[in-house]
Amino acid sequence: MIRKTVGRKLTTAVNLTALLIISAFAYVNIRSHDNSLLAEVEQHAIQISQTVKSSTEYDMLHYAPSRIHEIIRLLGQEGSIERIRIMNKAGTITYSSDSGEIGKIVDSSAESCIRCHVVDPPLERLDMQARTRVFRRPNDSSRALGVITPIYNQPSCWTAACHAHPESRTVLGVFDVVMPLAAVDANLRRGRIEIVIFAASAVVALSLIIGVFVRRWVSQPVKQLVAAIQHVADGDLSKTIDESRRDELGMLARSFNHMTRKLSEARLQLVQSDKLASLGRLAAGVAHEINNPLTGVLTYSSLMLKRARTPEEQDDLKVIVRETIRCRDIVKSLLDFARQTVSKKRESDVNELITHAVSVVERQLSLARVVVLKELQPNLPRPVVDANQLEQVLMNLLVNAADAIGGNGGTITLRSSALSLSPVGVVQIKQAVCPKRHNLIDNEVRFGGKPSIRVKARSEGQEGFVHFDPVYGQASHRHGFTFDERRKVQFVCPECSTALMREGLACPRCGSAVLTFEAPPRGFVEICARASCGWQRWEDVDASGNREYVEIQVCDTGCGISAGDLMKIYEPFYSTKGAKGTGLGLAVVWGIIDSHNGSINVESTLGQGTTFTVRIPVTP
Amino acid sequence: MKTVRDILVIDDEPVVRQGVERIGRSEGLSVDPADGGRAGLARLEKHAYRLILCDLMMEDLDGFEFLAEAGRRGNHTPVVMTTGYSTVENAVRSLQLGALDYLAKPFTADELMAMIHRGLNVCALPNGSMALPIPAPPFSQTHRLGRVSWAALEPVGTVLVGIDDQFVRTLQGIQGIELLSVGTGLVQGTACATVVSAAGFSHGVLCPVNGQVIETNAGVTANPATIAKDPYGAGWLYRVLPSNLEYSFRCLAQGLDAPDQQPEQRKGKSS
Repeated sequence: MIRKTVGRKLTTAVNLTALLIISAFAYVNIRSHDNSLLAEVEQHAIQISQTVKSSTEYDMLHYAPSRIHEIIRLLGQEGSIERIRIMNKAGTITYSSDSGEIGKIVDSSAESCIRCHVVDPPLERLDMQARTRVFRRPNDSSRALGVITPIYNQPSCWTAACHAHPESRTVLGVFDVVMPLAAVDANLRRGRIEIVIFAASAVVALSLIIGVFVRRWVSQPVKQLVAAIQHVADGDLSKTIDESRRDELGMLARSFNHMTRKLSEARLQLVQSDKLASLGRLAAGVAHEINNPLTGVLTYSSLMLKRARTPEEQDDLKVIVRETIRCRDIVKSLLDFARQTVSKKRESDVNELITHAVSVVERQLSLARVVVLKELQPNLPRPVVDANQLEQVLMNLLVNAADAIGGNGGTITLRSSALSLSPVGVVQIKQAVCPKRHNLIDNEVRFGGKPSIRVKARSEGQEGFVHFDPVYGQASHRHGFTFDERRKVQFVCPECSTALMREGLACPRCGSAVLTFEAPPRGFVEICARASCGWQRWEDVDASGNREYVEIQVCDTGCGISAGDLMKIYEPFYSTKGAKGTGLGLAVVWGIIDSHNGSINVESTLGQGTTFTVRIPVTP
Repeated sequence: MKTVRDILVIDDEPVVRQGVERIGRSEGLSVDPADGGRAGLARLEKHAYRLILCDLMMEDLDGFEFLAEAGRRGNHTPVVMTTGYSTVENAVRSLQLGALDYLAKPFTADELMAMIHRGLNVCALPNGSMALPIPAPPFSQTHRLGRVSWAALEPVGTVLVGIDDQFVRTLQGIQGIELLSVGTGLVQGTACATVVSAAGFSHGVLCPVNGQVIETNAGVTANPATIAKDPYGAGWLYRVLPSNLEYSFRCLAQGLDAPDQQPEQRKGKSS
């Protein structure tokens, strides 16, 4: 069965219309062609009649029949004339180019007489049109055209010497000129055939052309669209269609691509919210289970605190109460996080938070012979933070530092300072997608705990993955294979192999090719393809200018972290402390700093110590 | 005639019951424990209590059901809800169902004492103060979060937040109030202010709406007694730029708030 596609319907409609119009045109054309040819012949016949009439008039008046016979015979020999005859009123053929019929009487119903003798008495006047007639000859049924010219009585006729006609007669006789139409008819037939052939070929050509264009402009884009929709229906939201056309179908394609983009974003969010929902359920369960025993601890310890006699007892109990309340806040923040409620961020004094955090672990540290030095810059700007969470960060870093120092004693230095930073080297690319919306973020390979951006590189038949540092301006690439940088390198999406090269832009620093990807929702990032160059540009972030930060450094003189471990320290459940650590400390730190849009960096020398640097933006 | 006891603590967690008993007794109060909603109802048959502390999540009869059942039996003892699963929704629902207040676990001895203090003060109020449904607020465009706080929509779209008159009366005098600073985000059903009663107890006031503080009433911090004098007028706490107001108000309207409750009487008390 032939499918009733839009293209086919459209083609059929256009073809039918063309057929109708061209047929009508051909019909009208043939008609007018026929008429004009006939009119020409008719004009010719009338002229001949007039010629015969005027050339025989003199001889008529002087009654010279032999001369008249001669004239008519001569005229009759002309090729275009079949027959010339003169009949008198009674129907007797008095002169004729066909000498055989002279003297014969023509019946008044004969084709040359009927025009006037249709009534009785016969018409005396005929207009020009009525004088001509087209008839088929009975012998060979070819067509002929006859023109009759009445010979009217005039004074010269009845005053002539012969006095052949009385004055009372109006019409004395008629000239009858008959011309064959065979040549004209042949001409007409040829013309008709030509027009029909032309019309038919026009219809065919038109339908072919329309078919081709309909196919190109309608059928193919629609087919593409249907195929893409099928992809989407099958769950593949990465399918895009060519949207370069400027017509409605191009618009449709753009809308379609926009829709799939939005859908994939929505799906991403859905997955995210799914994760959050299960985390929420977990948090709710944990909260309920933990809060009951915590109630026991908190009620009894606070009751003991009220009854404590000695200041020492009071101090110890105060720590228990305070830390239990911190547990309460942590559990509550779990619930808050799960519900994504308004966070408890407010302007806080970072130095106060540092001092408080130190006081909590001071006793533990002094037991391990760790000296805590504080180099705090006074009058720091007050960043908007969740004080409890930030304190948690400091506690975790302090505990790690103390553990790194071990039992032999050492120093932890805490520094705070304010600084204004350009976004370069600070702002992190948290989302990266290829033009077909494939995620380029790779959680497996991280730079300083931050998920990297993974692309595929192709050079001279070789291929491999390249990971980019997600911090804007820190161009430390990590190659999964080696290639000659002087050769042409092509970077593509690892999933769909769509090119990620920025056409028409060379690195302003070294002239190499530039690769680009979108970092939603903040526009495009451009990176020089040459690893050793390091040029990057992120216009959206550059435009926002410098930002104010508060920086906190925690330096210890401990054992340091090996380069291999540095890569993994922020990974959940990764611990170098064996059974002593949970491996969650730095993961929590990382999460908290990330939620504050801050950054954390670590520098470490084995055997000499480690420095963690936390930067928190003053405005979130 | 039933004997009058001070506190009934209903909780399926022994350590919580024991903790409350220890604290109550240390203050010289008589405390009876019940390990579930049904046991609690049975206790109510035998004794009259001045205050009930009830856990929200229990197996046989949960806190909401207990509250409803006690109300059906004509018992108007003030109930304080406690729960380890302290969500905003639970807090709001408890208050709308007629609980006196909501106390999230874990709590300190002081927090519990403050709540007990307020609960016992209810007895000093006119009879039937804890009757349901909770009376409508005295002014139009004013929504109540249980018997704790109120929110009034202002013509320009901001919302005034203040402390409910019943809450104020259970304090029996206000010594001081601590407010959040301008710009802080408020979450419905979480504490938005701390009031210190004349007896020296700190009480958290649960917020009736979501939003951001755009103005605090300096008048009440300077002179906290204003709150007691005119809780719905000069005693307001915050002017708030509300977020998701419709939702906040729908939660408030979901309770047993009846709009036609003795308006004249209420006005007289609150002014």
